[in-house]
Formats: sequence, structure tokens, C-alpha cells
Amino acid sequence: MIFLHRSDIIQSINATKLYPMSTDTEASTYKKSALELKSSSFSVPVLVIHTTELKQIQHQLKEKIAQAPEFFKNSPLLIDLKNCKDNEQPINLSALIEFLYAEKLFPIGINAGNLDQNTIASKFHIPVHTIRDTQSTRSTTTIKKPIENTESVTEPANKEPVNTIENMLVSQPVRSGQRIYAKGDLTVLSHVSAGAEIMAEGNIHIYGALRGRALAGVQGNTQSRIFCSSLQAELVSIAGHYKVSEELDKVDQNKSTQIYLQDQALIINNL
Amino acid sequence: MARIIVVTSGKGGVGKTTTSAAIAMGLAKKGHKTAVIDFDVGLRNLDLIMGCERRVVYDFVNVINGEATLRQALIKDKRCNQLFILPASQTRDKDALTKEGVGKILEELSKEFKYIVCDSPAGIERGANLAMYFADDAFVVTNPEVASVRDSDRMLGILASKSRRAEQGEEAITEYLLLSRYSPKRVKLGEMLSVEDVQDILSLHLLGVIPESKSVLNASNSGTPVILDEESNAGQAYADVVARYLGEDVPHRFINEEKKGLFGKLFRSR
Repeated sequence: MIFLHRSDIIQSINATKLYPMSTDTEASTYKKSALELKSSSFSVPVLVIHTTELKQIQHQLKEKIAQAPEFFKNSPLLIDLKNCKDNEQPINLSALIEFLYAEKLFPIGINAGNLDQNTIASKFHIPVHTIRDTQSTRSTTTIKKPIENTESVTEPANKEPVNTIENMLVSQPVRSGQRIYAKGDLTVLSHVSAGAEIMAEGNIHIYGALRGRALAGVQGNTQSRIFCSSLQAELVSIAGHYKVSEELDKVDQNKSTQIYLQDQALIINNL
Repeated sequence: MARIIVVTSGKGGVGKTTTSAAIAMGLAKKGHKTAVIDFDVGLRNLDLIMGCERRVVYDFVNVINGEATLRQALIKDKRCNQLFILPASQTRDKDALTKEGVGKILEELSKEFKYIVCDSPAGIERGANLAMYFADDAFVVTNPEVASVRDSDRMLGILASKSRRAEQGEEAITEYLLLSRYSPKRVKLGEMLSVEDVQDILSLHLLGVIPESKSVLNASNSGTPVILDEESNAGQAYADVVARYLGEDVPHRFINEEKKGLFGKLFRSR
């Protein structure tokens, strides 16, 4: 039994390292470079294997391909072994991969394989992926960097990427002309003066008046929000969607407020 | 060790030099040996306000360059023997000041003086940066209008990040607010920011409010620090500021419009 479905894969090749914060003046140097490394998401068919019987797989897959030969021609494919892991008789992965190639399918990754299977995959130059439950967390799954040498395969394949959220706390007023950048959430205990600029990759909390500029989710996190006890901002922005003070409703001014993004629109709510 | 006070504002024309002269004189009159240094190289004014412009032989830059000793350059005030003035050079520009040179002079003065008042030039460039770099305390002089308040806010940001204390991770500079040219009458008419408005933006410890007063201009023109004019509001306000800075508990004055009595109404004297 095999099961084919599409899965969104987000390839996160540690974007922060490739793009050191472009808030600096170094942005111009990137324009000159010959290449760009980006993270993007795309859909790939996933071949979920439910049995170790190679014959059965071959037969059913051929049938599927016959239904839509053009669709499957030269298509990339992710092999998912999560459903046939505990079987006593291991699947003949080499044979399966060779069969896929013969059928003009190109495996671009293997998921949930054991150590031996990962080693075989590496021999075929197929990257080993670790996806936590493709079904439930489809859009937030991450793929590890392709493993190039067989030595590193000995590492536990399920190792999660270490999440380093660096929240920041500022207890002094943020003065005009100052700039603060937080990699996680940013909390300001005092006010943010006019002419100051605070940025965070996560949420921004201000327990005083916000008179300057506040930019949350600067790396594109549309879920981030801005909270302040008195809104008098010059500019507020979430994931690049911004409003300047002129566009802010007068009725929201000087009030305790939260700002968030909904359907590409900035929503300003009194708390 | 001396306490180094910088009088700064960011914006020009708010009363930095007037304040420097007044508080230096005030501290000296209280018996503390005080030096006041003009950092406004190229636009020196402090000597005029202190009334010693005719006695300037050597200046700050001469001392930095080793062309004169500190003792030669310091001018002793004729009214108070505890007060010394180090004038700026009028023929150079701010690039003549170096961090090492200024540091050395302040270190030397620290051995002898109790307070060193640094009169900062306007702006946030070299002169202003060096004036505040070695400071222990900062008097931020602000007028009750938005541009001045904004510039003071900017200056406070610089004080918090670019001073020696900030760079060496020591205790931050103690910042005080001095609101000058304050007119309660105009505040009432809504033409001027009130003390509360300014405090709301800057959230600083208020050291004093100096009322707008004709006596300030008169004092400047005659070369007498306004604090010596004990009759005037401004002179009294500066005396209060000095007392508060030295830890005395003096209630704030000149914030609200004074009620004129019957005689005051009949004979609008002052």
C-alpha cells in the first residue's frame, strides 16, 4: 500500500546567517554579489510507504503513474518511511530507489529512515530529512541541511534544530535617535521617544508611551504584535505592513493598544 | 576626586553658558573649589558671561597642545576666590580638542578642584561629545518647546551610550533636567509646554525651573553670572538649583504664576 500526497516544505537554510541584519549600511554589498541564497517553500509529492513488499509497491505505483503519466514524469519525490519503520523485514531501499529512477521519478529526500536506510540514501546522493509529522504541521516543518558525507549520518537523525530565541528587555527610556534591535521579543519598561526606532523579530511590548517607530516581525513573522500603553507612534509596522502617524486613527491615540496583522491589514485595537 | 558636571542640551540658545556660569559661581560661593571649562572652541562665550574676557592669555587648546600650563591658563574669578575659568580658544575649531588631551586636563583639575563644570557647545559633534565624555553628572538644559525637548532627548541617548561611564560599563551618568526660559503665563495660554509635558517626554529628575527673566540678558551683557543678582527670579532659581544639587531640600518655585497682591496690581513694578 502506498499513499501519495503533497506536502509543503519550507527549506530554512538559516536565513539569519546568510543575511546579517540588513539594518546596517552593508545592504549595498549584497547587490553586487553574483548569487543569492534564499529560503523558499514549494510543494513536493511525498511517497509514503506502508509496506516492505517491494513487488506490491512497484505494482501500485505503476498503476498510479498510469492514471496521470504526465504529472509524474520527471517529478521530484520525497520518500517517507515513517509508516514502515517497525516492520521486522526492512524494505529494500536500494531497489526501491532504482525502481523510482527507472520510472522517471527523482527522489530528492528521505524521511524517517533508520540509520542503514539513511546511509543507503546518502550513497544515492539523496538528502536525509527529518520532518516532524508531515500531516499536522505541514507549513512549519523544517528540513535539515543535506548531509554530504556518510560520517554525519551516524548522528541521531531526529535531532531537532536548537531554537535560540533571544528576547530583550530595556528598562531605560529609549531616547530620540536610539535604535534597538531584538532577535526575539522586545519589552520596553519605559517610553519610546519620538525619533527612536525599535525593531524586533517577535513581539514588541511597551509599558510606556510609544512615540517613536516600532517594527515587529521584521523578519516576516506575520503573527507578531505590538502592545503599548499609550499609542502616539510615528510609525508602526508588522512584517513590513506599516502605518505612519497620519494614517493612525485619532481615536486610538494615547490609549492602551495592541496592533496586529489580519488578512494583510493592520488592525489597531484598544485594550 | 572632583565631580565632573556637563551642562548640555543639544539645541543652541537654550541657556547652557548662562547655566554653566551660574552654577559654577553658585558652587564656588558655597565654598567648593570649582573650575568651569568652555568647550565651545571657536565660539567662546563663557569668558564674556563671566566678565573675564580681557584677562584671557592662554586657553584650553594651548594647554592641550602643551603651549601653556593649566595654572597659566586658569583665570581666577575676582568676585569669588574659589572659582576658576578655563576659556576656549576663539581662533581654532573643535578638531583641536582630543580625547586624550581633555582627559589629561580633567584628571589634573580633579586633583585640586571639587567640581568641574563643562560648558558644552550646541550640537552633537566633537565638542559636545568631548564635553560629556568624562562627565559624572549631566545638567540637561531644556526650553519648554518641542524642538529643544526633542534635542535634549537625543542628547540623553548619547549620554547613555557614548560616555566614558557607558563605555566602561560603570554606573551611568546622573542626569538632571533644568527647564529654562519658563513662563507660567504662556504655559497657561497654551503657548508653551508645561513642566508636566516636558517631564512626560523626558522623564528626568527635575533640578529646577528657571523663569524667563530680563535679568538674564542684563547679567550676560554686564559679565555677571545671573546667580549674583539675588533680586531676580532667575538668580534665585539658580541658587535653588545649586542647593538642590548639593542635596538640600528646596521646594520648587516659579512653576506657577505668582499671584500679585493688591499693590502689585496697582503698581506693576517688575
